[in-house]
Amino acid sequence: MKYFRSHILVCKDPDCIHKGAHEVMDALQDELVAEGLINEIQVLETSRIGSCWNGPEMMVYPEGVHYTNLTVDDIPYLVEEHFLKGRIATRFVEPEKTVKDEELGTPKSKEIRVVLRNCGKIDPENIEDYIAEDGYAALGKALTEMTPNQVIETVLASGLRGRGGAGFPAARKWSFVAGKQGSEKFLICNADEGDPGAFMNRRVLESDPHAVLEGMIIAAYAAGINQGYIYCRAEYPIAVKTLNIAINQARALGLLGKDILGSGFDFDLEVRMGAGAFVCGEETALMASIEGKRGEPRPRPPFPADSGLWGKPSNVNNVETYANVPQIILKGADWYASMGNEKSKGTKTFAIAGDVNNTGLIEVPFGISLREIVFDVCGGIKDGKQFKAIQTGGPMGGCLPASQLDLPMDYESMTAAGSMMGSGGLIVMDEDTCMVDIARFFMEFTQDESCGKCTPCRVGTRRILEILNRICEGKGRHGDIETLELLCKEIKATSLCGLGQGAPTPVESTLKHFRDEYEAHIYQKKCPARVCKSLISYEIQPDICTGCTVCARNCPVEAISGERRQPHGIDPDICVRCGICMQVCNFNAIIVN
Amino acid sequence: MVVEASISERVHQAVENALTRFGAQDDELIPILTHVNHEIGYLPGQALEEIAHALRKPKSKVFTVASFYGMLSTIPVGKHVIRFCESAPCHVVGGRQVILALQQALNINIGQTTSDGHWTLLAVSCLGICAVGPAFIIDDDVYGNVSPDQVPAILGKYQG
Repeated sequence: MKYFRSHILVCKDPDCIHKGAHEVMDALQDELVAEGLINEIQVLETSRIGSCWNGPEMMVYPEGVHYTNLTVDDIPYLVEEHFLKGRIATRFVEPEKTVKDEELGTPKSKEIRVVLRNCGKIDPENIEDYIAEDGYAALGKALTEMTPNQVIETVLASGLRGRGGAGFPAARKWSFVAGKQGSEKFLICNADEGDPGAFMNRRVLESDPHAVLEGMIIAAYAAGINQGYIYCRAEYPIAVKTLNIAINQARALGLLGKDILGSGFDFDLEVRMGAGAFVCGEETALMASIEGKRGEPRPRPPFPADSGLWGKPSNVNNVETYANVPQIILKGADWYASMGNEKSKGTKTFAIAGDVNNTGLIEVPFGISLREIVFDVCGGIKDGKQFKAIQTGGPMGGCLPASQLDLPMDYESMTAAGSMMGSGGLIVMDEDTCMVDIARFFMEFTQDESCGKCTPCRVGTRRILEILNRICEGKGRHGDIETLELLCKEIKATSLCGLGQGAPTPVESTLKHFRDEYEAHIYQKKCPARVCKSLISYEIQPDICTGCTVCARNCPVEAISGERRQPHGIDPDICVRCGICMQVCNFNAIIVN
Repeated sequence: MVVEASISERVHQAVENALTRFGAQDDELIPILTHVNHEIGYLPGQALEEIAHALRKPKSKVFTVASFYGMLSTIPVGKHVIRFCESAPCHVVGGRQVILALQQALNINIGQTTSDGHWTLLAVSCLGICAVGPAFIIDDDVYGNVSPDQVPAILGKYQG
């Protein structure tokens, strides 16, 4: 075998050929011959090495330099610089990618990435990229070295709990279905990630779809299921497209379908799309929707394991739950259980929104404190403001104040504090947030998304919203707080599904932790955060106002009057409290009361 | 001479295409409705009737599904549909100003269609692109990190 000191790999993708790759390669050969280097340097053809947007392009090894935008005329210079003088021809080096990932940056301190490990790193539309990162090795191990029972035992020992929010041990569900007789059983992946602000699952589906597929196949093997569904919300068209590509690739390699990896185990799955209904994230509503019906929940029991899709035993887990499974099988239950705390094992992905410096996705071990999440991982509150509250668990979760910041993030602690784990949306709020307004905002959402089947949720959420609207408009009455408390308690106790049972939580938690704000709205007719429009007034400070007239000229309702170079005034009866005057004033003369 | 297909023919064709693609089965009802909604812009009574007939269901059963889901519409919509995210993460980063700018620019309220039938403005729940809020979707195009002053330029792309 002949040895070369350097290898040049020229991309011969159709795109690059179209841009002249053949000619560049010929010129390269000729130049190397002319310089007497042809016995030292080997020129090879290769498939796509980059985007081909700036073709023709080539890679030079051992340096690993990626040259782009080459023409035949550039070759003599390139050969002289790189191969004679040994200097990298920087003007052809592909520039560093500067595309900023606004959702998922490089791991921050205290982050551990298990579920998000491949996101942004591999090409989600290429199964080989996933396989190169140990993809489908866990499936091979499960199918050839483990019995279904051993898979269940391993995942049970790892402590993996349902990441959809309820936190039920995943493998226990599988064992319920495994124990059912008959061949018609279904495995369902809940990808109806509807919580506002939560987009962790979308990112996994779009960036690492095979991890979800592999987890599902392993779960299906454990529970003895041959048919699966992924129910994805219609708002995620890219996730659906990526999933379908991934399914076809897995099928082509025999990782889905009949006799997977020669083990005799059959499993196939298809993607079902929702059509825009938040309640379909509830598992019984989700199954109704797959059947082509209105996505309305039904009472449990019977649980899906007994009577699920089309009345058959079914297992429902969330995207993140399945995405954890391959790593557990591959690295073992002990490795997984070493992360997290006593009752909540492993890691959890969160989507952070609101007033922190670093918003976007994070993945942290369970047991980390809320304070660490807000101040260490997310870089603290924006613009040097004060932390006021963190809302955990999505629209059915609660708002926790600064005094609760040292709580560990785990299922039990969140529930005990009057909030919940939820699927992983976190909204951080600073001092300028009105908690009554926030409670009203979430109530508006749940009231709108209530499917209408059961009365407590359909009517109760509306009554709460009416009271909150009144309070925010400055028409709060004695007894409103007590009525709210009673409504919350009864809706929680009597609603059919998680939506109604969770709907009062934002109100309950803000009443518990920020009761003084409700009282200020009702009794003093004041909004301490100066958010509720009916309870604030704008005022021009005469000693600061220069009479420049800019506010008066910008006021949409002509509520501001005054002579040029004289202090101006705002007529509160005309003012609509739009705040434009405050934004345009160059002297900070306008204040909110 | 090219004769444009009448609306009734277009609806019929869309239903036929959907039935061929997905099959006339109960569990394919949502994909069928989604397909027709996408083709026609909404679900006219004729479409619901034809689908009900093919699936051997009463029309009421089809209507109850069509009216349940937010992405399906049983009333006509404009040529372009704006779906504005009204969820909390977009709300806390200035979504309210953006929806006001949209309402002002189009001179309609949420849920309405402009009198020329060009625009429909809808408020929808989370689009899942919270990292780039405030956000909205026009037809199939996504717009993120929108500020109120960008609204006229974005809408301008869809004129004509």
